[in-house]
Amino acid sequence: MQKTLNNKAWFMVLPVLFIVALNAIVPLMTVVNYSVQDTFGNNLFFFEGTRWFSEVLASERFHDSLLRQFFFTFTILVIEVPLGVGIALTMPRRGFWSSVCLVLMALPLLIPWNVVGAMWNIYALPDIGLLGYGLNWLGIPFDYTQQPVSAWFTVILMDVWHWTSLVVLLAYAGLRSIDDNYYRAAQIDGASRWAVFRYIQLPKMKHVLTIAILLRFMDSFMIYTEPFVLTGGGPGNATTVLSIDLVKAALGEFNLGVAAAMSIIYFLMTLLVCWLFYTLITQGEKK
Amino acid sequence: MAQITLDKLAHSYLPNPKGEADFALKEIDHVWEDGGAYALLGPSGCGKTTLLNIISGLLVPSRGSILFDQDDITHLAPEQRNIAQVFQFPVVYDTMTVAENLAFPLANRHVAKDEIAKRVAEALEMLDLAGKANRKAQNLTADEKQKISLGRGLVRYDVNAILFDEPLTVIDPHMKWQLRTKLKELHRRFGHTMIYVTHDQTEALTFADKVVVMYEGEVVQIGTPEELFDQPAHTFVGYFIGSPGMNVLSCQVAGNKLRLGAREVELGCSYPQLDGRTEVGIRPEFVRLAPAGQGLPITITRVEDIGRFKIVRALLEGQRFDAVLPEGREVPEGASALVDPARINIYQDSHLVRVQAQGGN
Amino acid sequence: MTLELRNVSKSVGVEEHIRDVSLTLEKGSLNVLLGPTLSGKTSMMRLMAGLDRPTTGDILVDGKSVVGMPVQKRQVAMVYQQFINYPTLSVYENIASPMRVSGRDKGTIDKKVRAAAELLKLTPFLDRTPLHLSGGQQQRTAIARALVKDAGLVLLDEPLANLDYKLREELRVELPRLFGESGAIFVYATTEPHEALLLGGKTATLSEGRVTQFGATIDVYSRPADLITAQTFSDPPLNVVPMEKRGSQLSYDGKSIAAPAETGGLPDGTYKVAIRPHHLLLRPPAGAAIQVEASVSTTEITGSESFIHVEHDGLRWVALTHGVHRVEIGDRVPVYLDPAGFLVFDEDERLVAAPSSYVAPPRNAMGA
Repeated sequence: MQKTLNNKAWFMVLPVLFIVALNAIVPLMTVVNYSVQDTFGNNLFFFEGTRWFSEVLASERFHDSLLRQFFFTFTILVIEVPLGVGIALTMPRRGFWSSVCLVLMALPLLIPWNVVGAMWNIYALPDIGLLGYGLNWLGIPFDYTQQPVSAWFTVILMDVWHWTSLVVLLAYAGLRSIDDNYYRAAQIDGASRWAVFRYIQLPKMKHVLTIAILLRFMDSFMIYTEPFVLTGGGPGNATTVLSIDLVKAALGEFNLGVAAAMSIIYFLMTLLVCWLFYTLITQGEKK
Repeated sequence: MAQITLDKLAHSYLPNPKGEADFALKEIDHVWEDGGAYALLGPSGCGKTTLLNIISGLLVPSRGSILFDQDDITHLAPEQRNIAQVFQFPVVYDTMTVAENLAFPLANRHVAKDEIAKRVAEALEMLDLAGKANRKAQNLTADEKQKISLGRGLVRYDVNAILFDEPLTVIDPHMKWQLRTKLKELHRRFGHTMIYVTHDQTEALTFADKVVVMYEGEVVQIGTPEELFDQPAHTFVGYFIGSPGMNVLSCQVAGNKLRLGAREVELGCSYPQLDGRTEVGIRPEFVRLAPAGQGLPITITRVEDIGRFKIVRALLEGQRFDAVLPEGREVPEGASALVDPARINIYQDSHLVRVQAQGGN
Repeated sequence: MTLELRNVSKSVGVEEHIRDVSLTLEKGSLNVLLGPTLSGKTSMMRLMAGLDRPTTGDILVDGKSVVGMPVQKRQVAMVYQQFINYPTLSVYENIASPMRVSGRDKGTIDKKVRAAAELLKLTPFLDRTPLHLSGGQQQRTAIARALVKDAGLVLLDEPLANLDYKLREELRVELPRLFGESGAIFVYATTEPHEALLLGGKTATLSEGRVTQFGATIDVYSRPADLITAQTFSDPPLNVVPMEKRGSQLSYDGKSIAAPAETGGLPDGTYKVAIRPHHLLLRPPAGAAIQVEASVSTTEITGSESFIHVEHDGLRWVALTHGVHRVEIGDRVPVYLDPAGFLVFDEDERLVAAPSSYVAPPRNAMGA
């Protein structure tokens, strides 16, 4: 709200700008470059205009992986957000146990992504993994290396395990900011548990939840490491989400132009959704 | 509406209180009348909030019990006590409109729709909020929000008591007057039992029929504003009520003679032999300033003109002594103080010594 | 130093927080900013401190513009409504902190900290951390820190608002004394007229970002330049009565009396007459007065005073009387409008006449 009076402060931002330029803007320009040209190696390039873009947009393969991407993101949001809020609501509001809960909740977030992938890879193996073996033992046929349903189930379960904590922590922070007197007033007004949630907790959590959804959307939309380590996009192309498809196109098939066009479309989509969320949040604050 | 009985109530926040000092609320034993307006008045840490929390059901007292009419409610949860409460910082349901806020406690209790509409309309009218019925509660001013909090209690016809926890803290002075008079008006019309917690004497005195003055976990006096002003039972009450507070000076009393240092004043009645610390309490409002020689000689240190009166800060026999001078009156040269003997109170170990007008005890 | 605000305005977005304010604050003076919430008190203080830059206008210290000079370079100390201290530092270190920053030597720091602590009755608590102090002690720590800073400008933004009533009363008596000794410019924001009067000094009344009047506190109270100033400076609220002037007569509700001498030169017409609650009488005064019958809407009795709220012809008034005055609600009581207490405002709500008894306490010849 207030203007800074000390303009020298801007110099402090310069190093960051420089680093961001090196690791984001320069690679991005390279990608833009690739997306409008064709190459057959030896540093020979031919200008192709928007050919790659129209090819990508028309390709069934792209549509399929985009659809899988949306399915994945939508599913994990539908599971993680209500689940996270639910867990946050059951956590103690203060005292020793609230710290214990917080530490337990933070644990999955501390594990590197490729380790998560590897963990679940083993955990879900039908012959030696606890989950895979257990399910089969219960009579449920489960093999994520062979059956698409099992693969999807595992990928989503893994993401829920890994990231629900983030939603929990954010929702919990929102809940903690509610003054005790709100609960007392609601109690005195005879409000049901649901009414307390609907009229006190949810409105107060609205902001952090929007942020949680935004973060989870971006993260899941760009997810790569965990499913790559777990299923490699298989069986077949069953769990090939956008990022995996992109890497397949670029490094597997060396279709640099197609891959570059794909990544730009991908990038623009993410940007669009973030912008939508951003306007949503700031408008909500203005009111 | 209900009569509230505090039966040998005491509370300590420690699991095993040893002595008196461990009690945040020392034993009290009182009956508060149905339909009365009570104020709990005292500085922070005096136990008034503890007592309020016991009445609202947030705390279970360590000793004694609390009754609404004949029912022991000591162990009931807040929602089972059928009370309403207005908090220090306004609590409204942000996403609801004003009308929805008022309907909320009724909807929760499954009151019929047309009955809810009727009562809400009535409450909106009473609180002068009719024009804002469909506004979002979030965007209202602090005093309007407090009215909504109050309204959520008013729509329930059967509340046993309405509790107020320093409800005017965040309200501007001008709006304080309006809210306070509104509150009085509503109390008169509906006769709810009201309990009002505050550290502000003006709020307490103007609101309540009976003011409960608390100090260090103890109720030091319960009385009408007049009683508290004219005959403070404890020097603390004298100091706390009134602005400036009562002058308290150490003195000696013998029969109907009051000795202040080298000076002697005749009292309106005769006192028995007093042991312990003896003090005299004189309200600045009952001090008249006169030219030197006519009364007790005082040394004026400062005069504060606050418009409708002046506060004269002085020393009497080396002790702090304030006097109040009405508007337009000038401070006489070389002033002395005249005190109406009937308005002098004598304290022994901080407690008022009550005597019959004709001496004896 | 002297601090001058010259035609200062401040807008944030489309909202105007401060509108064309000009003020000169003298060295060693105590200046009260009086106004309701959102009248611009805090915005003014932020401008004075240099936390904000005015949208237009200039701010001068000793005649030199300081607009754009960062806060750190100005000699400013600030005390807020919330008790703001360093939670992990002891009271001693809290008070010493501004001097440590400016690199004063140990001996001076110790001397000044102890002196300030003594003045503010904090000596027994110097080793404690603020969390182990009462609200009053915490705020005294913040005030002590502002005092030792040797700032030329000390800004206090409703410093007593979060304290108990009695504690407020005590600190209020101490503060002007502390202020007087340091020689700095003190600016004190409050919403309470009573507090302004007790502090004395000078008062600037604020309304919607404008300074409506600036002068010696008691003068602003006795001779408010306009109706809004009078209202800002009245607690309980001011009674306003529309009156008609014809020749040497003032009339209301069909009754007239001889207009007070001060209104002599005024043309005939309609005036707004403001009567402070303690001048709205329930018993007949010695001289002539307009008597009307009003109905009692509420009574508030504090033991020493009674506030009687009455309604007459759709107007709501409040009378403040000494002692206990018992009337029943709904009763019709006579109310006396005593010309000795009339503040007369014209149709533009500018003050055109005030009782002479208000104006000139014989010994100082201030006012009109």
